Amino acid sequence: MRQEIPLLITAIVGIGFVIQYFIPHWPFSRMSDWFSDWFSIVGACAIILGALNLMKVSIEKTYKRKEDWGYAAVIIASFLLMTIIGIAEGRGFRNPGTSFDWLYNFVYIPLSATMFAILAFFVASASYRAFRARNFEATLLLIAAFFVMIGRVPVGHTLSSFMPIGWQLSDLASWVMTVPQAAGQRAIMIGIGLGIVSTSLRIILGLERAHIGGGK
Amino acid sequence: MEHFALWLSAFLTLGILSFLYKDNPWYKLSEAIFVGISAGFWVVTLFWDNLVGKFWDGWQDEPMLFVGAALGFLMLLRLVPKIGWISRWPLAFIVGATSGLWLMNYLASNIMVQVMATIQPLFSTGYASGFDAGWGAIISSLVIVVGTFTGLVYFFFSKEHKGAFGGAARVGIFFIMITFGASFGYTVMSRMSLLIGRMDFLLGDWLGMIG
Repeated sequence: MRQEIPLLITAIVGIGFVIQYFIPHWPFSRMSDWFSDWFSIVGACAIILGALNLMKVSIEKTYKRKEDWGYAAVIIASFLLMTIIGIAEGRGFRNPGTSFDWLYNFVYIPLSATMFAILAFFVASASYRAFRARNFEATLLLIAAFFVMIGRVPVGHTLSSFMPIGWQLSDLASWVMTVPQAAGQRAIMIGIGLGIVSTSLRIILGLERAHIGGGK
Repeated sequence: MEHFALWLSAFLTLGILSFLYKDNPWYKLSEAIFVGISAGFWVVTLFWDNLVGKFWDGWQDEPMLFVGAALGFLMLLRLVPKIGWISRWPLAFIVGATSGLWLMNYLASNIMVQVMATIQPLFSTGYASGFDAGWGAIISSLVIVVGTFTGLVYFFFSKEHKGAFGGAARVGIFFIMITFGASFGYTVMSRMSLLIGRMDFLLGDWLGMIG
């Protein structure tokens, strides 16, 4: 029962969505609406489960005074602060001027933007390694990245302004993006598409069982 | 309050940036606040948008929403070790729904549309318009066809990459490397623009050094 019911649920829901694609009318359209609503609710519960699990781990770490338990306590405090304020403020929690909005603008946004911004430095060190043109493939990567970067900033336009229109750096960047880059991107997208279609079929048919704990 | 908000934002921004020197308590504190605040942000947003907005406001008109709520509740039972296995049911639902949706969507958008966009008339935009394409457009179309085909050849691992097949696969690698280079360039630019935004905040909003 621990294996069969999840397999049945997966198959019914998966086949339901496939049928709905071909027959977008009652009763399949209604079934698809139900599945979409349930998906939103279960998805929300999955995120809440993740947050509760984070709390469980952090509380355990703090209670047992494990290494760096102080930071776990900060995680608990900041989570509770954001959650309690957000729930207490009701449906208009996102309105300008609310405490939730204040925390979002002055804590969440600066932290998330800076967290991603420091990746610029790590990307710079990675590019030093990648841009050492050791072979023809690495040289192609270097040239494509160079044209895309220099062609999309004002200095690139200024540097090549003496060139005829159509041959300036911004034009070359556009050509790289719309022709050779698009060709490689298409091959990758078709490959990903074929992979997802075959994996989805395997899951719906019950051949792939990793999500329900494998074949045990 | 505005003054305090600016100093708090600057304190947290500099805390994250301090990681560039090395891992330190200031960074760890900022990171812990980020983790807690992010988790809280998503819990509150999904609580109001999905649980209240979707289920609580809609169950009187649509009783079937209770099935979704029941599945959501079963998902939370993952936290109870003895009956945690029952969370496989909502997980099976999520996996089944994603598979069914992606099976058709990827087939339509990633495969059919991309193939259709690749196979285009070379010399004209339509059968009735005659030979109206320029040499640049013809060469670009040919490059796209060759690049897409050879890129796909490279991804075909069931046959050894030797001879003409290996040569096509090698050409495919060249196109894929150009794609990776362009993606790399875009990633660098997006991260740089975020960094410029943070520097603008620190030097402009906080310190008032730039107008």
